Amino acid sequence: MPAIVRKTREGAIHAALFACAVVSILTTAAIVWVLVSESLGFFRHVPLADFLFGVRWAPLFEPRSFGVLPLVCGSLLVAGGALLIAVPIGLASAVFLSEYASPGVRQFAKPVLEILAGVPTVVYGYFALTFITPHVLQRLLPGTEIFNAASAAIVVGIMIIPTMSSLCDDAFRAVPRTLRDAAHGLAATKLEVSTRVVLPAAMSGVAAAGLLALARAIGETMAVTLAAGMTPKLTFNPLTSVQTLTSYIVQVSLGDTPHGTIEYQTIFAVGLTLFAITLTINLAAQRVIRRFREAYE
Amino acid sequence: MSAVAKPAADVPALRPSVRGASRVAPAAAAQAPVFRAERLTIRYGDFAAVREVTLDVPPRQVTAIIGPSGCGKSTLLRAMNRMNDFIPKVRVEGALRFHNQNIYASDCDPVDLRRRVGMVFQKPNPFPKTIFNNVAWGARINGYRGNLVELVERSLQRAALWDEVKDKLHQSALALSGGQQQRLCIARAVALEPEVLLMDEPCSALDPIATARIEDLIEQLKSLFTVVLVTHNMQQAARASDRTAFMYMGELVEVDETRTLFTNPSNPRTEDYITGRFG
Amino acid sequence: MSAAPADALFEPRIDARRRRSRLFAGACVAVAAFTMTVLAVLLIDIAHDGWPYLTRSFLTRYPSVLDPKSGGMLSGIAGSIWIVGLTALLAVPIGVGAAVWLEEYAPQNRLTRFIRLNIANLAGVPSIVYGILGLAIFVRWLHLGRSVAAGALTMTLLVLPVVIIASREALAAVPNSIRQAAYALGATRWQTVRSHVLPAALPGIMTGVILSLSRAIGETAPLIMLGALTYVAFVPGGALSDYPSGAGGLLEWTQTALTDQFTAMPIQVFNWTSQPQKDFHDLAAAGIMALLGALLTMNAVAIGIRAWSQRTRT
Repeated sequence: MPAIVRKTREGAIHAALFACAVVSILTTAAIVWVLVSESLGFFRHVPLADFLFGVRWAPLFEPRSFGVLPLVCGSLLVAGGALLIAVPIGLASAVFLSEYASPGVRQFAKPVLEILAGVPTVVYGYFALTFITPHVLQRLLPGTEIFNAASAAIVVGIMIIPTMSSLCDDAFRAVPRTLRDAAHGLAATKLEVSTRVVLPAAMSGVAAAGLLALARAIGETMAVTLAAGMTPKLTFNPLTSVQTLTSYIVQVSLGDTPHGTIEYQTIFAVGLTLFAITLTINLAAQRVIRRFREAYE
Repeated sequence: MSAVAKPAADVPALRPSVRGASRVAPAAAAQAPVFRAERLTIRYGDFAAVREVTLDVPPRQVTAIIGPSGCGKSTLLRAMNRMNDFIPKVRVEGALRFHNQNIYASDCDPVDLRRRVGMVFQKPNPFPKTIFNNVAWGARINGYRGNLVELVERSLQRAALWDEVKDKLHQSALALSGGQQQRLCIARAVALEPEVLLMDEPCSALDPIATARIEDLIEQLKSLFTVVLVTHNMQQAARASDRTAFMYMGELVEVDETRTLFTNPSNPRTEDYITGRFG
Repeated sequence: MSAAPADALFEPRIDARRRRSRLFAGACVAVAAFTMTVLAVLLIDIAHDGWPYLTRSFLTRYPSVLDPKSGGMLSGIAGSIWIVGLTALLAVPIGVGAAVWLEEYAPQNRLTRFIRLNIANLAGVPSIVYGILGLAIFVRWLHLGRSVAAGALTMTLLVLPVVIIASREALAAVPNSIRQAAYALGATRWQTVRSHVLPAALPGIMTGVILSLSRAIGETAPLIMLGALTYVAFVPGGALSDYPSGAGGLLEWTQTALTDQFTAMPIQVFNWTSQPQKDFHDLAAAGIMALLGALLTMNAVAIGIRAWSQRTRT
């Protein structure tokens, strides 16, 4: 093939591939543009301070109030509870898999964790509503409402155990093998090697894993919508119904909300809040990961 | 000439009161061997890295193990503190006795063994902690009853590192040079007051000056510990050891006093190796 | 073991420490066993409740508002097939293309680093935000309405980061010697990539595709945002038999389907679970079984393709 044809074709392919990569930039730009521009319309009606610091969220009924704190509180309550489950179990499982488990067990455990992570979130929501709440929570703690934050937190926690476990496992494997060897050579048990040498050395990797898990828990939608209820409340009681940032957005979408109304605009304002929170956490996690990698490269 | 050193009549091991006194002359190895391998075979899966090795390690001497790459010397060394346990599919046949007890028997606890048989690795591997905490780590874990500060100072002095770091004990160990880090690792290992110090090519990652310092150090260490040194550097074995064992393809070819092995080896393969004909 | 002088200085308490270590291992195994039991209970519970409803007519009928027992999942199944199929068609070329550019072509400069960071962040954006994006851009701005096309485009954007990241890892794992051998024989960059690097990375790329499509079939929130209806009694485009036979009819059917409203399997499950009556919950259980069955099939097929591609290469 003549060189000029080859060069043109190569150039065209290069451009096409670059265009594919640019799609990702366009996506982020579009997300930011959509959220910010529609939210501006919202904030023309509702002062920013009222939104950020208000403690009552009632955008759809009179008297209206647009304080987002109850939603944020609901999200944090569910996410916090989820982390309470996912962090210890995920971390411990990573320690076990990297220090105690034989290669056969590891090979078996990894796919099982992947399956756990692949179950759709509606299934977890169904599980929370039809099993966890009636048969676990209401039996152990009578007085638990049908919709409550705890059952959502439990299933979201189970949902993110695989994420936490595999990220911690990656963090542990980044610690050089020779450090483990040195600790073993100094007559330490497997538990001591893991907790007193490997874990401290991998700490920032583990911290990043926790942050990423937190962001995922805050962003979780369907399980929370099914299990936690639709009552925005500023509360720390996990046995009562709450509403999160994500389940509010679902609630509005399921209803009949005409375009251009303030209710429609709350979607974007709440969406922007959600996006800002998860983005901040993710960026913090990225920075921690980068510092962690520098230490070992 | 036999390939195995004949064990002398049994004599009780040296007591602490004579620690630091002049070492026993190698010709009159009057104590029972610290380690004795009896037809030791170590396999990784199907591959036999160590084949039917029978070897004695006499106390308070430096025993060097030399041989070309892949001859099994590191595997043999790591068997002595059961670091091979961490390799999957490893199988051990025969016996390896530490003070007459087979460490591969089911009643031997590897953790207990490792407190008495310390190891220094090929690449310096200090923990990402302070110098003090590096040296003190093993002692803390193992419940040291005495004064930790004294222990750290004593260990760093035994590793010939004290003068260089005494003012910066609470700085990170990773800030030290390669040679200093390796001496720190030696200090960390001797802080457990082991009987035996296993050294797996401790100088291969270091420059010649640092190497020389560690070789001098080995000469001093043998008054306190039994040292088993694996090295691919023949000159190092000749300089630093009292006895040398030559391994080839998993087998122990010859073991003898160092001077004899290097000047008048009995096995032609040994002669080929030390004259550089292969390896 | 015979005592050595230094033993008096240490109090190793080996038994206690070893016991603690073993206790930890035991606790891990216990927790794992507990979790597996819980999941097994969940699956058995679902199977028990849903089995009576999982009939052939369930899979071939439309849902009924009034009587759960006569309802079916046909609209959801059809909608999911359309959405996942279109998403695969779009996300795989774009995602793999982006990964190829990032790994094989991109220079080491700030723009590239920014793109990489950007993709990592996109992977962490909650799925419902993608729904908001799709609502504003595809449904309203591009006037696609609450259609299959809008749903597929939104899902594509959602799974794109997953495909890109997995493909990048697969490409990075291909040893450089392969590329250099090809270059040394005078191949251009694209020829090298197409004939040597991509085939070598195919298993890893397939893993990423499996992952992304599994997400696509299970994700509910973005589709709800787009207005995928919870009660739909038709399949996108209607029955194929309503159209003239031949390529022209097929094209017309596709066009109508793309602009048609739709629902999806997880949305139907969500809808049924949200009803207070237990009958609907049981119906949801049947729907979950269908959904999990579809997931399992997809994964099995994809794993099979991956194994086949690994075998034919070596």
